[in-house]
Amino acid sequence: MSQTEKAFADAAPLDQEIAVSVRGISKNYGAVEALRDMSLEFPRGQLTSLLGPSGCGKTTLLKIIAGLLKPDTGEIIVNGKTVTGPGPNRAFVFQDFALLPWANVLRNVAFGLELRGVPKSEREDKAEKYIKNVGLAGFEGSFPHELSGGMRQRVGLARALSVDSQVLLLDEPFSAVDEQTRRKFQEDLLALVANENKTFIFVTHSIEEAVYVSDQVAILLPRPSRVSEIIRPSSFRTKGVENIRRDPEYLDIVDEIWSSLRNYVE
Amino acid sequence: MHIYGYKLPAMSSLLLWGLLWEIVGRTGATFFVPPLTEVFATLFSIIGTPAFLQALSETARAFLSGVFFSIAIGIPVGIFMGKSRLLDELLLPWVNIFVSAPLTALVPVLMVLFGFGMKSIIITTTLFGIWIIILNTRAGVRQINRSLVEMAISFGATPKDAFFKVYFWAALPEILGGVRIGVIRAVKGVIIGQLLISIVGFGALFELYAANFLMSHFWAVLIVLFALAFTISEFLGYLEKKVSYYAASR
Ligand SMILES: Nc1ncnc2c1ncn2[C@@H]1O[C@H](COP(=O)(O)OP(=O)(O)OP(=O)(O)O)[C@@H](O)[C@H]1O
Ligand SMILES: [Mg+2]
Repeated sequence: MSQTEKAFADAAPLDQEIAVSVRGISKNYGAVEALRDMSLEFPRGQLTSLLGPSGCGKTTLLKIIAGLLKPDTGEIIVNGKTVTGPGPNRAFVFQDFALLPWANVLRNVAFGLELRGVPKSEREDKAEKYIKNVGLAGFEGSFPHELSGGMRQRVGLARALSVDSQVLLLDEPFSAVDEQTRRKFQEDLLALVANENKTFIFVTHSIEEAVYVSDQVAILLPRPSRVSEIIRPSSFRTKGVENIRRDPEYLDIVDEIWSSLRNYVE
Repeated sequence: MHIYGYKLPAMSSLLLWGLLWEIVGRTGATFFVPPLTEVFATLFSIIGTPAFLQALSETARAFLSGVFFSIAIGIPVGIFMGKSRLLDELLLPWVNIFVSAPLTALVPVLMVLFGFGMKSIIITTTLFGIWIIILNTRAGVRQINRSLVEMAISFGATPKDAFFKVYFWAALPEILGGVRIGVIRAVKGVIIGQLLISIVGFGALFELYAANFLMSHFWAVLIVLFALAFTISEFLGYLEKKVSYYAASR
């Protein structure tokens, strides 16, 4: 057990502070063993990153939490209840946006609410609010093919936010945008975590990104995937977004993660 | 088409062919081809007659019912085949056989089964149109982006929502392509039905004019029919173009 993991275990948060818990999940795709006996807890109101090499099963885990895939063994508990399928307490942000190409931004953002049976005027009011929140005001009538990759990603984000789920599942949401936009998104995400009292589960390939935005980083091993380490940055979170990348703890953690992952990258 | 830098309106080459027709007709080479002007004169003289209007309404009724059934059955079947592996394995061989089968040969069987009336004609029309609509719809559904479906499910879509709000729209460009071809085939179906099953509608007119060597009447009705089929096909092509903006980005 590493130092950080032990510290985490000692300070185990109270049960009601755990929004999502993953218990002994295994998942095979035919002969491919994607996840093996994985257990992990996600504290409420915090952002947890899943970081691991490509193909280690991050998307699989996220889809199991979303209820889109059934695990072979184990269970997912969200707010004390076992997950049996998709539910209104979780919303997914897809890596490839998954926008309806025949619908404009307004309808796309409101689509989650539409499926939940919210009346038109009400859902459009709500959608408009979140369109503004993600900085897309004025683009309500545009269609996805008229938007840039970053703007489309914001539409996907606004859609997930507008259904007001307690848990947000984000699958590499920033991988399709350029570096400047990405940094902007990361800052926006920190603000979002601070303002909305939601639990974020965030998949990323980038060590820097994970450390920058996370309250907790879960490091996954290659297939069959288990959690190798959980790192909780403690001090730099309160120092303001501009200073994070210069903080010694930030740099140390990035280094530490890299040295534990480099063994697997040949 | 451009001539000496002038852009000619679409289909202006038809004028040339029309002129050729007129010349061949004037030479009186064959009774089979009367001059085009005569054909048009006949066309205007018969277009308001009760016989013509009745033929038009009988044909339109059979055609529209046939197209309605092809679409109303074909699209859902195609969507279900695209969604369900099992259904696809069960039905695909049949659809593939029928889409290329010489359906005219089946018409006598239909007459035995469904009698010599409107019912058989409508069924013939449907059989001509439906298979390509099923195949195209199926192809449209199969190329749909998986994550679009997962997105809908993750936001709690019922199977009905998924059908009407995702699958249908995602497959719409292919569906319209299939409907366009299906409708053209249905025109063929309705005329064949009218000629083989019971001599009604335009089928009866063709029969009458051909038997009495009224060639300009014959051509006049044929031109009306071609023009109708062409107009419908162009209109569907126009609709197809309207949704093609998202065909590439699904
Ligand atoms: N539908 C499937 N059928 C068969 N194997 C699959 C399927 N989906 C995923 N896998 C396999 O399971 C493993 C985990 O896949 P997953 O998509 O969860 O990885 P990931 O960690 O999200 O990878 P990346 O970081 O590249 O997105 C991979 O080795 C993949 O080959
Ligand atoms: Mg993935």
